[in-house]
Amino acid sequence: MDFISILSIFVMACFVGYYVVWSVTPALHTPLMAVTNAISSVIIVGALIASAAGGSASSKWLGLLAVVLASVNIFGGFAVTSRMLAMYKKKDR
Amino acid sequence: MGHTDVIFTVVHFDVVAALAYLVAGVFFILALRGLSSPATSQRGNRFGMIGMTIAVVTTLVTHQLASLAEIAIAIAIGGAIGWITARRIKMTDMPQLVAAFHSLVGMAAVLVGWAAYLNPIAFGIAGPDGVIETQSRVELGLGIAIGAITFSGSVIAFLKLAGKMSGAPIMLPLRHVINLGTVAAILALVGWFTQDQGFWVIAAITALSFLIGFLLIIPIGGADMPVVVSMLNSYSGWAAAAMGFTLHNTAMIITGALVGSSGAILSYIMCRAMNRSFLSVIAGGFGVDAAAAGGEAKEQRPWKRGSAEDAAFLLGEAENVIIIPGYGMAVAQAQHVLREMGDQLKARGVSVKYAIHPVAGRMPGHMNVLLAEANVPYDEVFELEDINSEFGQCDVAFIIGANDVVNPAAKTDKASPIYGMPVFDVEKAKTIMFIKRSMGGVGYAGVDNDVFYMDQTMMLLADAKKMVEDIVKALAH
Repeated sequence: MDFISILSIFVMACFVGYYVVWSVTPALHTPLMAVTNAISSVIIVGALIASAAGGSASSKWLGLLAVVLASVNIFGGFAVTSRMLAMYKKKDR
Repeated sequence: MGHTDVIFTVVHFDVVAALAYLVAGVFFILALRGLSSPATSQRGNRFGMIGMTIAVVTTLVTHQLASLAEIAIAIAIGGAIGWITARRIKMTDMPQLVAAFHSLVGMAAVLVGWAAYLNPIAFGIAGPDGVIETQSRVELGLGIAIGAITFSGSVIAFLKLAGKMSGAPIMLPLRHVINLGTVAAILALVGWFTQDQGFWVIAAITALSFLIGFLLIIPIGGADMPVVVSMLNSYSGWAAAAMGFTLHNTAMIITGALVGSSGAILSYIMCRAMNRSFLSVIAGGFGVDAAAAGGEAKEQRPWKRGSAEDAAFLLGEAENVIIIPGYGMAVAQAQHVLREMGDQLKARGVSVKYAIHPVAGRMPGHMNVLLAEANVPYDEVFELEDINSEFGQCDVAFIIGANDVVNPAAKTDKASPIYGMPVFDVEKAKTIMFIKRSMGGVGYAGVDNDVFYMDQTMMLLADAKKMVEDIVKALAH
């Protein structure tokens, strides 16, 4: 993919992010931060590439360490978000 | 035969992978979209998990799996730590947990950047001679820099939020000059990196970025933390996006852009709710000068003290009660007993509503989570602009652990450091009950609050949890 295509996706995604985030209800701003935290750990993709590749032992170990950190975030982020969201209840009467 | 087929298969495989990453990105958009209402939010969270699974599986199947066992162990270790932490964490500790998670994203970005630098051929950013492409060098340099700033900034924010470091602003002399100089040096080094792929250049970028993240956060005080946490949230997104540019990965770019704009919008909402510019928050030191100024202007004015029994009586007789929680409620862990009080009042036919200021607490939405934890239904909880017109018909405004957000000086006193901040019109309520530890402390901004001395105000001086417990007992009689 050339740079301009990537940049286009990035700019469009910024706009999508802008409109989607404004529609998030303020009551859920803490879960929003927790879930954005979890999804930004998609950086694990880069960590996996480094871990899987041969050619450089140091690169592989840095990659594996990054996989550990990103996994903490992915599992922790989604789990804590789900725990918080489960607490939001409507009036039952 | 064979040769063209292989090429075809490879191209085909690349297209499938690219499409899979795109689908993962779309799931991440749906994850945030789900948060527009508590009713759809759980589904949104599941979309997020699906997106992440797609991204991880796609990466694993499109790369050689020489070290699958190690990778599985790494995921298991990280996943177990994350999952157990998420299970055990107390809701009041959520701000520091989020800060800690931000630091991990930042550190992961730095590590991935370094891994890509050390093995550029595996990342497809260098020719067979190992010389990294110029454009990739810029992306790599910026990605590492943003990741490092996110890491060290979040560590400081974590220490301040967890109370392991004083929440007071730490002011270095000449800090603006030092900060701007460091940022300029980092950018210059990224420029240098395009010319010189040397180890020391990238090492210097990393070191200076760790330093600037630290320097940026230490002068910022405790109650400005909602802005800081949102800002670091934004940075963690931009770090992921920068790595996405390096790896030409759409899932990372889309996510980075989403998280980056999300954090930026939250920072903006927090700044607007304090009527302060983003730059003035970043410059730091808020509360230091104001405390000194407020000290001189203080005078002795008469105020009324009430007991839990007085409060219980008036609350029981009221028709409409609006409860305004603040950070003090979180510190005292008073949310559960507060809900009990609300239940008792509702049983007597009193209408009870909760009013939340955007900057109440230490992170956006902090109070909402605590009330939800205490089983307060979310349709009894209102935002500032939705409830502020109701104070005129309100019998009791019950303020627990909040101060600056009910200070009328924000509306009337142009000299006040909080002038222009949107506040609750509590002075329109028939009775104001103000729970506070003592008459001494005067809130984060360090300004006196006229509400203490109003005719209709009853000061309830005690620990918030103890006072509400006593009110609950008195109501039961």
